[in-house]
Formats: sequence, structure tokens, C-alpha cells
Amino acid sequence: MRYDAEVKISLKKGMLNPEATTIEKALALLKYQVENTKTLQIIKFSIEGESEDIVRQEVDEMCQRLLCNPVIQNYEIGITPEE
Amino acid sequence: MKVAIIRFPGSNCDRDVYHTFKLAGGEADYVWWSKRDLSSFDGIIIPGGFSYGDYLRAGAIAAITPVIEGIKDAVKDEKPVLGICNGAQILAEIGLVPGVFTNNINAKFMCKWTELKVKTTRTPFTNMYSAGDIIKMPIAHGEGRYYNDEIEKLKDQDQIVLSYEGENPSGSMEAIAGVCDENGLVCAVMPHPERSSESILGSDDGLKFFKGMVNY
Repeated sequence: MRYDAEVKISLKKGMLNPEATTIEKALALLKYQVENTKTLQIIKFSIEGESEDIVRQEVDEMCQRLLCNPVIQNYEIGITPEE
Repeated sequence: MKVAIIRFPGSNCDRDVYHTFKLAGGEADYVWWSKRDLSSFDGIIIPGGFSYGDYLRAGAIAAITPVIEGIKDAVKDEKPVLGICNGAQILAEIGLVPGVFTNNINAKFMCKWTELKVKTTRTPFTNMYSAGDIIKMPIAHGEGRYYNDEIEKLKDQDQIVLSYEGENPSGSMEAIAGVCDENGLVCAVMPHPERSSESILGSDDGLKFFKGMVNY
């Protein structure tokens, strides 16, 4: 069975996010007053697997081995059957 | 002392390091990322650049290539390993040095001369300096802000190699510019000693990094 996988990578709470700060300042230049700006990375792919659980486990392994740096990042995994 | 200078797609300080290592009296060969066996070398230098376009995180993709296994073997054999700039980011991504080098606090690519304090002389790369020496070397990085959630442990174990003196251009914790592993043989520095190894370049303060390695 094929699944769509989505990995959402964010910075851990309390980590500085200079990119988000820069975006927030740029929005202020356009007179938009916003707060708590964050940027996230989303990585999507499709993957073959026996079950949703097995696929989730494999994607979790990918996160730990390559996609995320656990020192500064958190990740969320979404798995849905391919449409 | 014959070192392997590791090349990835996007490495761009490899020739500078080669030139400087010869100047320091050592021998060097370029090694492509796909080579697994580095046993014929006495040490390793990972030069700066933008390996794999800095995609995902600086150093993240280089960190899973076959040559990394060879570097890990060299560490087990207690051979000296120096990572400069992108090489430092790669060593942090592999976990051979603690912590991470992430985007600069001002979100800018910083390319400038910096003054640095030598914090420890127990590494092969810094043993020709005196502790507390102030040296001049340039930085050129967008992701040099050092972060480590175990900073006290780092200090206790004498793993801070260099810190910025005066301005802290990347916003690093403790103004850290370079760290080493517990035994001091793996060293990751953001400033470029190879770009400050001849007085014609504006400083020759960095040459002792390589001379120290040659003498190891």
C-alpha cells in the first residue's frame, strides 16, 4: 500500500529563529503588526509500506538519521493513505 | 603527517587548505566523499564550503556520506580531525563534537576579520599557542551560531577551543567559535585558519593550527 508522508520540522521551544524575526520586521515595514512569528520546514513524499504503523516507524527513523537535528528541532509526522 | 582533505560537492576551501598544509610542512591528498577507507592517512581535514548546497541544514547531507565512516574510524584510531567552517558544521551534525552551528543571530551571512581567544591548548591544533592568546582570523558563514544545551559540561571538560573576543558576530553561546571532542583530537572551528596563514593575507596567526597538526 502507498502512503503520503509529511514531516513538519520546527525549532524547539525557546530556540531563536532569526529568519522568523526578519520576516516579522519586514511585515512591520508593510504596517502589519504581528507577533510570535515562526517558520517551519515541511518535507513531503510518498512511500510504500505494509501498514500505516510500519511506515510511521520508518519515517521516524528518517527524521532521527537525517531530516532533523534533535539538538534544536522537533518534528511531527503525518501519514495518510495515498489518494 | 599526511592528511586527507575531504571534498564534497560544494566544498570550496579545499585548495586553500591543501596549499596551507604544505606550507606548514605536511603532506595532503584530496579525497572524494564516496571513499570509505581513510586508513592510509594520519589525519583528516574537512574544509569549508557549502556541501550539498547547505540543503536541509548546513552539513546535514555530507554527514551521511560513506567518507564519514572512514572519519569515525580515524577518530577511533586517535588521529587528529579538523573541521573548518562547513567542516565544523559537518562534525557537529555527525555528533563527533557536541552541539550545533545554526543560523547567525542577525540572519546575515557574515564575512569579516575577527579576533579570537585561544581557550585551550590541549588540542594538536592549538598546542603551539598559549592559552589566552588573541589571534586574528576571518569568518565567512551564515550558520555559525553555536548552541549546546549542555554548555556547563562543555566548559567543565575544557572543550571550548576558540571564542570571539569583543564582538560575537554569530550570536554564539559563550561567544564560542570552536569546540573539540572530549579527548581534544576532533576540533571544529568556524573561523578560517587557512585564510590567515600568510602575512600577505592580512594575518598568519592561523598557520600554527596546521603546524601543530603536522607535529602531532
